[in-house]
Amino acid sequence: MESYLFPFDSLICMLLGISFTVWFTLLLVFIIVPAIFGVSFGIRRLYMKSLIKLFEWATLRMERGAKEKNQHLYKPYSNGIIAKEPLSLEQEIQDMRRGGAEPEFDMSDIFYFCRRGVESIVDDEVTKRFTAEELESWNLLTRSNYNFHHISTQLTALWGVGVLIRYGFLLPLRVTLAFTGVGLLVVLTSIVGLFPNGRMKSYLSDKVHLMCYRICVRALTAIITYHDRENKPKNGGICVANHTSPIDVIILASDGCYAMVGQVHGGLIGVIQRAMVKACPHIWFERSEVKDRHLVAKRLSDHVADKSKLPILIFPEGTCINNTSVMMFKKGSFEIGCTVYPVAIKYDPRFGDAFWNSSKFGMVNYLLHMMSSWAIVCSVWYLPPMSRMEGEDAVQFANRVKAAIARKGGLADLLWDGGLKRGKVKEVFKEEQQKLYSKVLVGRSRHVISVHSKCHQ
Amino acid sequence: MGSTSSTLLKIPNVEVLMQETGFSPAHMIRLHDRFKALDKEGRGHLCPQDFGAIKELAMNPIGDRIIGAFFCPGKETVDFHTFVKILAHFRPVDKNRPKEPNSPEPINSRSNKLRFAFQLYDQDKDGKISRDELLKVLQAMLGMQVTEEQLESIADRTIQEADLDRDDAISFEEFRKVSPEILHSRCFIKV
Repeated sequence: MESYLFPFDSLICMLLGISFTVWFTLLLVFIIVPAIFGVSFGIRRLYMKSLIKLFEWATLRMERGAKEKNQHLYKPYSNGIIAKEPLSLEQEIQDMRRGGAEPEFDMSDIFYFCRRGVESIVDDEVTKRFTAEELESWNLLTRSNYNFHHISTQLTALWGVGVLIRYGFLLPLRVTLAFTGVGLLVVLTSIVGLFPNGRMKSYLSDKVHLMCYRICVRALTAIITYHDRENKPKNGGICVANHTSPIDVIILASDGCYAMVGQVHGGLIGVIQRAMVKACPHIWFERSEVKDRHLVAKRLSDHVADKSKLPILIFPEGTCINNTSVMMFKKGSFEIGCTVYPVAIKYDPRFGDAFWNSSKFGMVNYLLHMMSSWAIVCSVWYLPPMSRMEGEDAVQFANRVKAAIARKGGLADLLWDGGLKRGKVKEVFKEEQQKLYSKVLVGRSRHVISVHSKCHQ
Repeated sequence: MGSTSSTLLKIPNVEVLMQETGFSPAHMIRLHDRFKALDKEGRGHLCPQDFGAIKELAMNPIGDRIIGAFFCPGKETVDFHTFVKILAHFRPVDKNRPKEPNSPEPINSRSNKLRFAFQLYDQDKDGKISRDELLKVLQAMLGMQVTEEQLESIADRTIQEADLDRDDAISFEEFRKVSPEILHSRCFIKV
């Protein structure tokens, strides 16, 4: 019986062996070698263009199908229950009273606050920023679509094929690459760490970091377009960018060398951190040190003062925002007083949502999502360097940088604090509302109120 | 994942709800999604803390009163049914609705909108807005921006103007009379 199976056995082994060899050779030639040298065959761009055409077709097909079946397509933006008009409190109340009658208290003034309150119950600006962006067209990923149903066999079949390709082919490929990239990073940086400090070491460390990050970029099939590279951050400065996901780091670091800042973690990330710091100085803080703002500021300024050290990479929003807006920047990094190099990162949501909703998904879940999307397409703009001007304090400087980043990346510039995702609203905001309303009433009718009170004596 | 019609079916009693409230299927789905998003722990109903987590509502001077309007007296939770029915108050008035003598008044009629606002004032639900209740609302809306005396004189004047039967409180009928006609077209959520 065994001799009967034996020939098949060896045949299967041979086939497996050959396919593995072919697989790895292709991997090496088309992905890893270009990553080492920083060149690209353009395969990813071609892939991106064909995907776009496919999505357009899919969306049209879906709309046509929906019309035929007379079903109601759920379009998040055009079906808004609320038509919010950006009028100020004063204008609204005046309108309500038929064109500014007497600027005195009217019982119906409560309707203004009532309406605002109910509007925020139905849909609020802040929560919207912290959930993934709603798409107008469909990208064959059911996680971003409410309209998917059996409109046509073609579409369903296409979606099915898509699933097969993404989970059966792309995902294993990407996971292999990711492990390769991370593994190489740890091993090679440890090796470089053995060299004595000097130019050779920095040169090697740069090359090693870039190579590994490039492999990771390919592990995510990230197609990145860099703009204005002449403004790339230089030594002795701080690079500041808006934050959408942990991938931001990989995206920026694959085009330039930065010193990272962060908390020391345990586990795999801790291993990576310790290896990286052997090759070139990064700034890792213990959890206890993070609370001490002076210590943090001192370490950052010391690093920045040393011109041989790489520019620091910081994400001042402090948390992941869903890439439709830029929230308030924390002022810490802007107090240090060196040149700031702002960078705007904007992801194209058509291909895969890069936003990490840390309250909903854990890191592993998130990475799996990323690696089973079609691709990550994003644009990076390097803005010209900015420094704090005379008479400007850290907060104003931070806001200036934030506005520049938001403008360049086409993101909305919001006043809200990224910490609102988790924290309580400050009483300040409520007081502002009260102030505005009281100005409408009391400001103009002060004499009326005083006259009345005199009459009632 | 699922079709529009099957997502709709997931909502219990959706046909009845749509008829009572007048929301379209797309709106129902939208509201259902919002309900689920607010219900962070997936319990199937909302409690006051879920509303309190909405930042813009927390900074609204009468935010807690609005939240209170969703909860029936004695109840600590709001299910989707109640949620939608209360929000239905804020749909604009249907101008073309035929006046059937026996059908109940739609939730978004001018009268019901006014009643909703009246209840925001009348927290003890005795059918009248007393001077104290009025003062409390004024305090919420104006905070520290005006003095006690100014608040009191505003309250006095308001009651004087609106109170027709001289019982030192404002009943619902009196409230209706002083409220502007134009209320429903501008003050409420548009479709």
